[in-house]
Amino acid sequence: MVETTQSVERPGRLKEFWYYFRENRGAVIGLYVFLGVFFVAVFAPWLAPYDPTEQFREHFLQPPAWQEGGSWDFVLGTDALGRDLASRLIHGARFSFFVGVVVVVISTTGGISIGLLAGFAPKWLDTIIMRLMDVILAFPSLLLALVLVAVLGPSLMNAVIAIAIVLQPHYVRLTRAAVISERHKDYVTSAKVAGAGRFRMMFVTVLPNCLAPIIVQAALSFSNAILDVAALGFLGMGAQPPMPEWGTMLAEAREFILRAWWVVTFPGLAILITVLAINLMGDGLRDALDPKLKRS
Amino acid sequence: MLNFLLSRLMTFIPTFIGVTLISFSFIRVLPGDPIIVMAGERGMSDERYAELRAQFGFDQPLVSQYWDYMTGVLQGDLGTSFVTKKPVFDEFFALFPATLELSLCAITLAILLGIPAGVIAAINRGKFFDRALMSSALVGYSMPIFWWALLMIIFFSGWLQWTPVSGRISLMYFFDDVTGFMLIDSLLAGGNSISLFPFEADGPFFSALSHLVLPTIVLATIPLAVIARQTRSAMLEVLGEDYIRTARAKGLPPSRITYVHALRNAMIPVITVIGLLVGTLLAGAILTETIFSWPGIGKWMVDSIYRRDYPVVQGGLMLIAVMVMVVNLTVDVLYGLINPKIRKS
Repeated sequence: MVETTQSVERPGRLKEFWYYFRENRGAVIGLYVFLGVFFVAVFAPWLAPYDPTEQFREHFLQPPAWQEGGSWDFVLGTDALGRDLASRLIHGARFSFFVGVVVVVISTTGGISIGLLAGFAPKWLDTIIMRLMDVILAFPSLLLALVLVAVLGPSLMNAVIAIAIVLQPHYVRLTRAAVISERHKDYVTSAKVAGAGRFRMMFVTVLPNCLAPIIVQAALSFSNAILDVAALGFLGMGAQPPMPEWGTMLAEAREFILRAWWVVTFPGLAILITVLAINLMGDGLRDALDPKLKRS
Repeated sequence: MLNFLLSRLMTFIPTFIGVTLISFSFIRVLPGDPIIVMAGERGMSDERYAELRAQFGFDQPLVSQYWDYMTGVLQGDLGTSFVTKKPVFDEFFALFPATLELSLCAITLAILLGIPAGVIAAINRGKFFDRALMSSALVGYSMPIFWWALLMIIFFSGWLQWTPVSGRISLMYFFDDVTGFMLIDSLLAGGNSISLFPFEADGPFFSALSHLVLPTIVLATIPLAVIARQTRSAMLEVLGEDYIRTARAKGLPPSRITYVHALRNAMIPVITVIGLLVGTLLAGAILTETIFSWPGIGKWMVDSIYRRDYPVVQGGLMLIAVMVMVVNLTVDVLYGLINPKIRKS
């Protein structure tokens, strides 16, 4: 007799996720670059050859090592105050990570809670919440953040708070939409019958099943946060000099664009590479987590 | 249809009130006294302080301040700028054509390049063209456009010396402001000449055009990437439908299937995305106009924020938000017109 009880065990969630994620080569490359930037951010003080604010007064606007006039002491050259560009870029990675992480944490926590509330709330409260989110979404995000920072006072932390507020409505909408489509499913009804309290229903029963689109959105807003905070820094409303934040570095470099290409090129390149890596990862996450697009 | 229109309008009104509330409360509720900030580091006497508070109505209770503000808004009065002493409303509409011209050029460029790019990528799914186009689209989508603008200036203005760095037109030219669109007005003004060999173009129109090229490319970058990605995925979805298989089975030429049968249906989500790009365009205009000294509302807002010109910030913020809302409402209604399924839900 043939053995019939042999069960095919469902692979672990993480393993399944990795299986689909790995199919997207770009996403894997993005992940490695992201981990690389993360490594640089964590070990910045040990990796950077100099202090990011140390000025070398004999070396103003020195070109990168491979160009005439450059030296291997300052691999990527120096800026207008004689600071080592490579060291500043390496330290800048810390700010970008800080910005991305804090914005995602604030906006997901707030957005998910409000979204769950709206999804479970009576109709009038739901309407009020959603209209409020519509109002925030009516303003172009960068403009609203700019005005918020102008009122709160320009600093990196205020820029982060402003961006987090501006990005939050996306999470509210996503969570609410997911909650509404889940709320009438059988497993939710059974949890209700079993006597689950309101909070248990919201956070333990329903939320885990709504996470896929939220995770994808989190990756997107990580990169958006980096871009927007850099833009605020560029407009002088984000991190303040001498902080080696990439956008602020670009703002300081603006007047030298026609004389010293390296002070402009490298900080922007750092932003682009980081954001690109995260967006590549985001595409892979979407392919791996969104069951509609999953190849069967 | 009427019900659908009414329901959309019903959501428009509370959102509009919310928008006015937010722009109103920014300078009043958040920490920081605007009058002290205006005075700067020199400070001011107590009498002058009280006088200014009374002048802007800050000594009134918040509710009556809001009431005054709203009656003003509904009559088209948004106060006067601290700096120029001109009405905010007039300033906005004097500068708006510049932003509109730039945005229209940018979105046109994005559509003209983005839709074909998306279609080509979808037809060649998984092949070289698809990979190359979609990689470029992702780079464009991830681009910090303020840096991109600086690179363009280094390359085209600095190195090749092809284009000017800032402004809308060379200061040599003066002509009447007919439409507010520099390209049209300069053409109407005449004095343009062009010869193809050796290539030479002269006159106000070409001056305006050369000023417009770089800001347009910069502002178009992100919308272009978004449109290309959206077109590709919409095309892929439509190309998998049964009616496309039927068309193929009938023996229709592939080009007809792609461009007539598939593209028409794939355009619906793309058009929605284009409508939703208005906010992106305006946010991009803030950076683009600041970098290229383009005299539009984006630069106006940034300058007013730097100058702490609160009536302008408050009024401009509201007008921009209302504009975005009106465009979104229009897109919504148009979408309902072409797609009855939306109307019902």
